[in-house]
Amino acid sequence: MSFTVNLRSVTLEYGAEPALADVDLDLEAGKIYGLLGRNGAGKTSLLSLLAAFRKPTSGEVLVGGEPVWENAPIVSRVALIREGGDFDDTETVKGTIESGQIRPSFDTDYAFALADRFEVPLKKRVNALSRGKRSVLAALCGLAARAELTMFDEVHLGMDAPTRDAFYKELLAEYMDRPHTVILSTHLIDEVANYLEEVVIVDKGRILRHADIETFQGMGATLTGPAAAVDALGLEPLAEQRLGGTKSITVAALDAAARERAAAAGIEVGPVGLQDLFIHLTAPQDRNGA
Amino acid sequence: MFDDGTPIYRQIADQIKAEIMNGSLEPGGKVMSTNQYAAFYQINPATAQKAFRELVDEGILYKQRGVGMYVADDARDRLAADFRERFFERVLAPLVREARQAGIPLSDIIDYLRDQEGALR
Repeated sequence: MSFTVNLRSVTLEYGAEPALADVDLDLEAGKIYGLLGRNGAGKTSLLSLLAAFRKPTSGEVLVGGEPVWENAPIVSRVALIREGGDFDDTETVKGTIESGQIRPSFDTDYAFALADRFEVPLKKRVNALSRGKRSVLAALCGLAARAELTMFDEVHLGMDAPTRDAFYKELLAEYMDRPHTVILSTHLIDEVANYLEEVVIVDKGRILRHADIETFQGMGATLTGPAAAVDALGLEPLAEQRLGGTKSITVAALDAAARERAAAAGIEVGPVGLQDLFIHLTAPQDRNGA
Repeated sequence: MFDDGTPIYRQIADQIKAEIMNGSLEPGGKVMSTNQYAAFYQINPATAQKAFRELVDEGILYKQRGVGMYVADDARDRLAADFRERFFERVLAPLVREARQAGIPLSDIIDYLRDQEGALR
């Protein structure tokens, strides 16, 4: 069984400023989601609500169809892994892994196998680990939790590129072995894009966009050609660049008719990667409304 | 592995088609599972699933419930017909466009193609 997520008009305030403002969100069970947003956009707040680390100021947070706040049977099958892992620093790695057993589904053998594979020394104390090893310990505890909703919040920080790659690989293997709901919050967007089925973009405490990955990948376009021809298309650019007589613009959406007109005018049409699209969608000067 | 112009599921579908055309996948042969594709390419299994769904819709693959995906017996014929249909638009149209930009007369291209045909014989 894997968990659905539903937020109904959820607001979370620390002091006066809302971290999340009237958020509605529905996530189906058993998919891998990417949660994207700039620093301070509300990603961690959102995840903290789902893990019942925080109580919403108003609105409803449902996980597996039930209110998650003070709901031990649900919470024990939800894992939120934050950077650094929320560990007792004076504990050994071995002791830290074993303390995962308070979860009913924690797979201790798997955790030790991963520790061995990722070369995390069992006898060392957590505070003696490098930042990278500490992140690996957090990530492996998240995988071994075998939760029904697993959330990784910037857990890759401190991991080098080969380690991140091995972590994504293991995450995918574990997911295919045992389908469950996964939320990956990260700034390394292009690195994880292929693993995602859906993407949620949070901006200034609100859900800016939520769609499947192909929608995002087919959404934007870059158009490059003679400046006059590009201008003649009359599109609203998110960004533009000029190099001599050549102009390149990025648009958030390009319909088939505009695509055809561009091709006919000898304008080169290229894709916009998820990361670039994200940058444009969340750039302060480009936002309309809100 | 993937160029980011076309959606990944379409690139996988195109690759399976190419494998059928070049004979590395035989008609009636079994195709790797969604999870095997996902693990091999390091992609979400739903993405691989979309590629398979498209190929099933086109009649290139068929599904045997609980067993797996197989290459349709007439898959190669279908694909060959499709390739022929799209050949002029896909290959020759850009060629003509580029030749025009470079100022190469069509007669030169025709001569070149005739020579090629001579060489192929």
